[in-house]
Amino acid sequence: MAEADTGQHAERRWPEAGVHRIPYWIYTDAEIYAREQARIFKGPSWNYVGLTAEVPEPGSFRRSFIGDIPVVLTRDSDGGLNVFINKCAHRGVQFCQKQRGATNEFICPYHQWTYDLTGKLIGVPFRRGLKRQGGMPASFELDDHHLQRLQVTERNGVVFASFADDLPPLEDYLGESMLGYFDRLFDGRALKVLGYQRQRIPSNWKLMFENIKDPYHASLLHVFLITFGLFRADNPSAVRLDETGRHSALISRKGEQKATSDTAEMGRFKADMKLNDAKLLTPVKEFPGDTTVVMQTIWPNIIFQQQTNTLATRHIVPRGPGAFDLHWTYFGYEDDDEEMTRIRLRQANLMGPAGYVSIDDSEVMEFSQDGISAFPDNEGILEMGGYDTDDVDHIVTESAIRGFYKYYREVMAL
Amino acid sequence: MSRQSVPKTETGLDRMDRLELRLQLDELYAEYAHCLDDGLIEQWPDFFAEDCSYLLIPRENYDEGLPLATIRCESKGYLKDRVAAVQDTSLYAPLMLRHLVCGLRVTEIAAGHVKAEANFAVLRTQVDEITKVFLAGRYVDTIVVEDGQLKFKEKLAIHDSLLIPNTLVLPV
Repeated sequence: MAEADTGQHAERRWPEAGVHRIPYWIYTDAEIYAREQARIFKGPSWNYVGLTAEVPEPGSFRRSFIGDIPVVLTRDSDGGLNVFINKCAHRGVQFCQKQRGATNEFICPYHQWTYDLTGKLIGVPFRRGLKRQGGMPASFELDDHHLQRLQVTERNGVVFASFADDLPPLEDYLGESMLGYFDRLFDGRALKVLGYQRQRIPSNWKLMFENIKDPYHASLLHVFLITFGLFRADNPSAVRLDETGRHSALISRKGEQKATSDTAEMGRFKADMKLNDAKLLTPVKEFPGDTTVVMQTIWPNIIFQQQTNTLATRHIVPRGPGAFDLHWTYFGYEDDDEEMTRIRLRQANLMGPAGYVSIDDSEVMEFSQDGISAFPDNEGILEMGGYDTDDVDHIVTESAIRGFYKYYREVMAL
Repeated sequence: MSRQSVPKTETGLDRMDRLELRLQLDELYAEYAHCLDDGLIEQWPDFFAEDCSYLLIPRENYDEGLPLATIRCESKGYLKDRVAAVQDTSLYAPLMLRHLVCGLRVTEIAAGHVKAEANFAVLRTQVDEITKVFLAGRYVDTIVVEDGQLKFKEKLAIHDSLLIPNTLVLPV
């Protein structure tokens, strides 16, 4: 893998053409990466941190990330949700090392500074010294040294947090159209976590968003989607963006496995491919309407997946310009019966690091980074479907990627 | 696969000589690794009983009783479909795996089945990359005799590794 740029590029300028040209330095430049952490993840955005089902009781906690910053999500003794930075106020130790669990308080292992479930500092050993020696100065106040606590919001079981104090409510942040797709999946029923998958993908984090905002590739790259009609250019499909362009949804419905005049250009379509065990793809209708696929990307760090009956959040955790971690949380609903849970678990074979569909994406992202890294001053082309960032009722377009970069340029001042 | 038939199992696996059984199991695990590592993937389903299951599951999920697997095969058909994906449909960079299986523990011997566990480490070699430890974990298996050979009735591969280095294409 190529190393990241050294970052000595204060005068980075976006190509004159606009968002239908993507400069490759945004995927490789360490200075751009640092600016993303500051302006995007620590900036005015609601970042996904987890599900309330993961912190069901007072005392429950879960580690998480905002950008590459480690945080902890807790439920306090009053039932409130809290998110704070996983860094002791004393000497910076990442004190919470357990993925999930329950506790009454957090004690930093180094000098046992102790915090309550809201992140307030409640104890400092030897604060008054020992045998009248040592101790903190009289001016030291616990109240001055709480953990850094973030703004928190929750809707229908999904928790977001922000470094910014003056953000609009989540509903306004999503906008009417995106809120509709969000509420379709998170409709207020209690969620049930089915398990986790995690992978480290050796590519820039934005390539993950591009992938899920790019319906053009889905009809060409993924044999499984094309062949079994799960997501294909000749099925009724749509691309929807919010007003800013930062969020989007790809929407489609399952079709049949049949060759048409349109499949001629889908080189990887296999008319005669059959599963030995068709149970894997047996769908159950569970959402209103004909739509069977909604892949929603919410700025700046989360993908919400409904592909037939497999439901998941895909949380993006950047790891420098050349890598990111993808944390998958698969879920169903508390009121699912055993058969429904089994169906979700089976269809999960499509997704994740070993998924029949996702393997292709993860590999291609690595190939992209490998190709791009040596050419920071080259540009990618985003002209499928024209130059604009509008909603369309087909999937032969890259408009959602253009929308993403329209907003990205504003936030990054590029 | 050049495995020998299991001798005299009509009387039950629990009547078999313990050393002989252990040698047979050792051979089963060695041939299984050879199949996955040396380009014999189409023979992978043959290591399983007709009625079988295979689960590759993160230890994180297994330890907490969460059912989600990395690969879930509920029948022999699923195994064949996984082979077809590896051979024909999935897109991935060329890779070589090497399974190091050790620490075989026989945990239960009954007339009709044996339960066994073993550790695995999988090394992955790719173009332009130094060979890396790809995955570590353990097998928790139930083994039966079918067609005169030991076969996996249930195979659980629990991977300690939380972060998978990008993709997991070949089974473990």
